[in-house]
Amino acid sequence: MAQHSSTAEGHDSHSGHGSVKSYVVGFVLCIVLTAMSFGVVMTGTLTGFAAVSAIVVLCVLQLLVQLVFFLHMGTSPEQRENLSSFVFTVLIIAIIVGGSAWVLHNMNANMMPM
Amino acid sequence: MSDLLIFSVLFATFAVLSGATAGGPHGSELFDLSFVLTETMLLLVSSVTFGMAMLALHAGQKSKVLAWMAVTFLFGAGFIGMEIYEFHHLIAEGAGPQRSAYLSAFFTLVGTHGLHVTSGLIWMAVMMHMISRHGLDPIVRRRMACLSLFWHFLDLVWICVFTFVYLMGAL
Repeated sequence: MAQHSSTAEGHDSHSGHGSVKSYVVGFVLCIVLTAMSFGVVMTGTLTGFAAVSAIVVLCVLQLLVQLVFFLHMGTSPEQRENLSSFVFTVLIIAIIVGGSAWVLHNMNANMMPM
Repeated sequence: MSDLLIFSVLFATFAVLSGATAGGPHGSELFDLSFVLTETMLLLVSSVTFGMAMLALHAGQKSKVLAWMAVTFLFGAGFIGMEIYEFHHLIAEGAGPQRSAYLSAFFTLVGTHGLHVTSGLIWMAVMMHMISRHGLDPIVRRRMACLSLFWHFLDLVWICVFTFVYLMGAL
């Protein structure tokens, strides 16, 4: 998988471009996860909080599958820099999204009824 | 990753406004989930076919790269076509962005994603021209790596869109 020979021809930041196999595995996993999350909602097997948590977990799983199999993110030494900047971005996003939802929910709850 | 921040802010806006329907229709009355599932599959397949184009690129097979990119372009265009149809349908039903804050947030978020996919398609067309003109030189390789990142990223955003907008809206 590690194509060290190709680094000689001066190419981009990616090391390890994956293979047909890794794309196919990722694709199958994504289809399964997508089908599961649509299945949960369309068949109505779960309701309320259970359904919401199920589709959020499936969503996060699929994001991870795509990051690993399509964007080739990993813990190998040459990927570590990408990984740490990605983790930092996730933190910032969590603060922005979680923070806005939290603050504005509170504001909404504290508004005087019209 | 500035694009990620744009989308995260739009998601935050959507989350805040998702209850603000102003008496208008909510997601569960509007969305056709099997339609969204088809859109999802189109985008997912296009992500994989673009991966195949990248593999062919690293193997130096120019005609294969062009063929896989053409396939990717068709799937991406199919996705955009479906989305335009969906928007048109919603607006014709009177559920346009001016109906409620919820729908404004919906159209902004999903529309921004659609615009990104459209610009990805334009980028792809330009790259196909560059490849046929200049072959697989280092500049083309570098730009293809960027486009690959962009295209896979759009699929990541779409996973969040269908989960938080369509599926949660339908619950």
